[in-house]
Amino acid sequence: MNQIIVYTVIILTGIGILAAVVIYFVSRKFAVQEDTRVSAVESVLPNTNCGGCGQPGCHAFAMAVVNAGDLSALHCPVGGNAVMKQVADILGITAVEKDPYIAVVRCSGSFEYRKKTNIYDGTGSCKIAAALYSGDTACSYGCLGMGDCVEVCDFEAMYMDEKTGLPVIIEDKCTACNACVKECPKDILELWPKGKKNQRIYVACLNEEKGSTARKECAVACSGCSKCFEACRYDAITMTNSLAAIDPDKCKLCMECVDTCDVHNIITANVTPEKIQQANEQRLKREERERKKREAEKLAAQQNGNETTPQA
Amino acid sequence: MSTGLLTVSPSPHIHTELTVPQIMKGVLLAMVPAFLFSVYNFGISALYVTALTVFFCIGMEYLIVRFIFKRPVTIFDGSAAITGVLLAFNVPSNLPWHILLVGSIVSIGIAKMSFGGLGNNPFNPALVGRVFLLLSFPVQMTSWPVPAASLSLDAVTSATPLGILKDGQRTGERIDQLMAGMPSYSDYFFGLHGGSLGEMSAFALLLGLGYLLYRKIITWHIPVSMIVTILAMTAIFWFVDPSKYADPVFHVLTGGVMLGAVFMATDYVTSPITHRGMLIFGFGIGLLTVLIRLFGSYPEGVSFAILIMNAFVPLINRYAKEPRYGIHHSEKRKLTPK
Amino acid sequence: MATRLHHKLKTFRIGGVHPEENKLSGQVPIVPLPLPKMVTIPIAQHIGAPAKITVQRGDTVKTGQIIAVHEGFVSSNIHSSVSGKVGIIEQVMDSSGFKHTAISIRVKGDDWEEYIDRSDTLVEEIEADAKEIVSRIMEAGVVGMGGAAFPSHVKLSVPEGKHVDHLLINGVECEPYLTADHRLMIEKPREIIVGIKILMRALGVKKAIIGIENNKRDAIETFEGLLKEESGISVEPLEVQYPQGGEKQLIQALLNREVPSGGLPADAGAIVHNVGTTYAVYQAVQKKKPLIERVVTVTGKSVKQPSNFLVRIGTPVIDLLIAAGGVPEDTGKIVSGGPMMGKAIADLDVPVAKGTSGILLIPKEESMRAEIYNCLHCGKCIEACPMGLEPYRLLLMSKKGNSEKAKEEHILDCIECGSCSFVCPSNRPILDYIRLGKTELRKTKKP
Repeated sequence: MNQIIVYTVIILTGIGILAAVVIYFVSRKFAVQEDTRVSAVESVLPNTNCGGCGQPGCHAFAMAVVNAGDLSALHCPVGGNAVMKQVADILGITAVEKDPYIAVVRCSGSFEYRKKTNIYDGTGSCKIAAALYSGDTACSYGCLGMGDCVEVCDFEAMYMDEKTGLPVIIEDKCTACNACVKECPKDILELWPKGKKNQRIYVACLNEEKGSTARKECAVACSGCSKCFEACRYDAITMTNSLAAIDPDKCKLCMECVDTCDVHNIITANVTPEKIQQANEQRLKREERERKKREAEKLAAQQNGNETTPQA
Repeated sequence: MSTGLLTVSPSPHIHTELTVPQIMKGVLLAMVPAFLFSVYNFGISALYVTALTVFFCIGMEYLIVRFIFKRPVTIFDGSAAITGVLLAFNVPSNLPWHILLVGSIVSIGIAKMSFGGLGNNPFNPALVGRVFLLLSFPVQMTSWPVPAASLSLDAVTSATPLGILKDGQRTGERIDQLMAGMPSYSDYFFGLHGGSLGEMSAFALLLGLGYLLYRKIITWHIPVSMIVTILAMTAIFWFVDPSKYADPVFHVLTGGVMLGAVFMATDYVTSPITHRGMLIFGFGIGLLTVLIRLFGSYPEGVSFAILIMNAFVPLINRYAKEPRYGIHHSEKRKLTPK
Repeated sequence: MATRLHHKLKTFRIGGVHPEENKLSGQVPIVPLPLPKMVTIPIAQHIGAPAKITVQRGDTVKTGQIIAVHEGFVSSNIHSSVSGKVGIIEQVMDSSGFKHTAISIRVKGDDWEEYIDRSDTLVEEIEADAKEIVSRIMEAGVVGMGGAAFPSHVKLSVPEGKHVDHLLINGVECEPYLTADHRLMIEKPREIIVGIKILMRALGVKKAIIGIENNKRDAIETFEGLLKEESGISVEPLEVQYPQGGEKQLIQALLNREVPSGGLPADAGAIVHNVGTTYAVYQAVQKKKPLIERVVTVTGKSVKQPSNFLVRIGTPVIDLLIAAGGVPEDTGKIVSGGPMMGKAIADLDVPVAKGTSGILLIPKEESMRAEIYNCLHCGKCIEACPMGLEPYRLLLMSKKGNSEKAKEEHILDCIECGSCSFVCPSNRPILDYIRLGKTELRKTKKP
């Protein structure tokens, strides 16, 4: 009996030692030498592997950063400037500050405003529906409402609002990783600068139909009336194919255009109603002044005309 | 003229009638002849065992889906009922209810639902249950009531023909002499011998097979390749030495070969997906069955053979492909007219 | 039926399904639909570049007058199907499910271009040579009328280095319900035969085979009778099986050849044309008549009078439905084309296009998809796939966004016949996802 135990112990120990030796040599032989900075960089990254930086994961990003030695073209939107500062410190190079972005939903066509014109009965995926036809409402530009974007969001920063049928972005959670933007077949989602004090403003419509058609398709569609365009003092609003669009780079967030929209489809974030009201009053006063000025000029011109060219 | 809103969906706009519930109903219907034979053979206890396993299996699936998955209840697709009947078909008719409960829990709980339910299980749930019971309760699982005593509840038990053969082999008796003392082939064919509930009557099972083929629920590939392999393999051994090995017809008609070939091996989920794969699968089952029966320590090997081949299904699916249009263009054999 | 006992009918060898035939309008003769008040003619009714509009709002046009010219080689001319005044030119929902530019014409009288021969006399003598034939077909805006609407003159221009020895005429009409081609074969067989000869001359081939499924015995017998004295043209009855009308399947059925993966029918030495197209070719070459009208089947179990109409291109679908007895109360879905490959339309003002072979009404209770179950790995989709693919795996790959892997599994060979979705007992939307995978691959191909 004892003999059996002794043999067992010896044999098992022998196998163990042999295996250890083999493993030791194999690990030495096939060891992969990697720049230690890569793992250092990787350790400060969010490690969500979301792909928002354009690289296929955080490890690849870390390698790219170490190899590039320059941060101007590489930015981790999830970690933001704080993480990029850390990365820069690790590598001993200067960090490049980038404005934070956030995804915005550029459609306001909720169930209430945009009536269904048919029942979609295919697979519940926006991509599949978008490849089949223009959608289950009259508007062929609007959100299809099946939540492909919510599905791809790695940060639980989106949900579908059951009352409106539109996706909602949770400001605190959105990392601007671009996943939803890439997924949306109708290009409803767009990355937008988060803005000073997190304030931003955008037109939540993409309908390029003529005004009357657009309004027939959706009660809050941009009809291309150009009122906001005329109100803007900074040339930040452009009109193309009867659709207004705000250029975030030019926009000074004066909010004067917000109340010009008949269908209240210029959407603001983190702006108090008071500020919008103030801005509107300011605009109205300014317009009043300008109108008076114009009238005065006109009058003056008329009087001048009367003096120089007497009429019969 | 008012039609309300029209529906829009991608093509095709029509669908075959043969949907999952229809298929499950079809399989249940195909099991009716074998079930009736078992009631005829073993009396009320067969009915009792079948009803219990079906009840346990459906109940088990209901509980798991309702309280663990928290998903809509799936028991109405009929697959749990099929597992229940098949489990009953694979056990002796005098099994006590608590063993049946254990079998059902293993079948549905472990072999099916733990993988995600219908369509995801790698092994045939009823067979996993049966093998679990066979290993855990070897005595109860191998004492078979004799059909002759069918109407009395405390039936006399005896070994199966395959069991007798295996014991004979062990003690060195001549097989051909043993065979002479056993029931005739027509008794086997119609199911008048000892064994599990559903495996008795080859005739009843073939009726079921005919129905499944007629409804196009299964194809011929698995049953045929499996039975032909068993016939061929046992024939070789029988020709070599009839004193040591039983003849092929005996092998096909006894034990679980027919039940396995018709209902267990043809389970969609755990069998290969292409016709070529099915042929390989059936061949593998036949080969393993014969090897276990002739050289293993168990008298019967169909359950083990099917479970082992279940494990090979992903591999078979990977390599046994159907011919593709326009792919191996140059290698295509030209079909000669007539 | 007697012939069936003697020899096995030809068919394609891989896959195939047998949906209920439901040829409700098979014995209903073709009737011309009265002129509509207004037509809307899309400028993109074919595969390839949309045509370039040559008329303006307010112009007066004659029936058969060209209103949009082809842009590039793979494109097609568009003619006015009516006479009247050009109205608004705008984006209109067409049977593709998307908005495309279309020309609306308010109908006034029926004043045809003088050069068009409108008589019914059969012109058998073919004067035009190969080059002339192709150019006339191109002028007349003839496209494939089986559904895909591929410009016919492109098909007739065989790429250099390829040898074509057979012209195959597709009279299969394997889609359930549709009977437009069937009726045309019975009512205009002589014209179709002349059309075949024209196509043979254009291609320079000596042999042509008309493939017709055996459920259209009358059409088969008509052609057998007429072709007794013709050499080079034969008719072949085929076993009824969907999708026999697929170009690749028809080539396999009739010639026992396969088009290599990614290749053209010409690689298998064959060119396939639909009977409807062949008839249009006859009219274009012999009668100088452009493609401005076509036969459309209006059908469905609830339709009062399942019909075959001769319809001017651009007629709104609603006109056809009214002529067939109105839209039944319980209509849940309206399909442009057949039930296997047609497109559901949501709008009844959608115009009939060159590729519209039928309008199918599906009652409410049959219009919605049924409950989806897990995949059982039953293999029925593989059994059904006429291309020998593994649809259930392609679904998973597309769903996971792994379109590169799907490409290795030849997802691009899929002809979108719908057989896999049709047979799936779990009602899985296999084709939905395969289409998605194909779309994604096409997207990644572009920079």
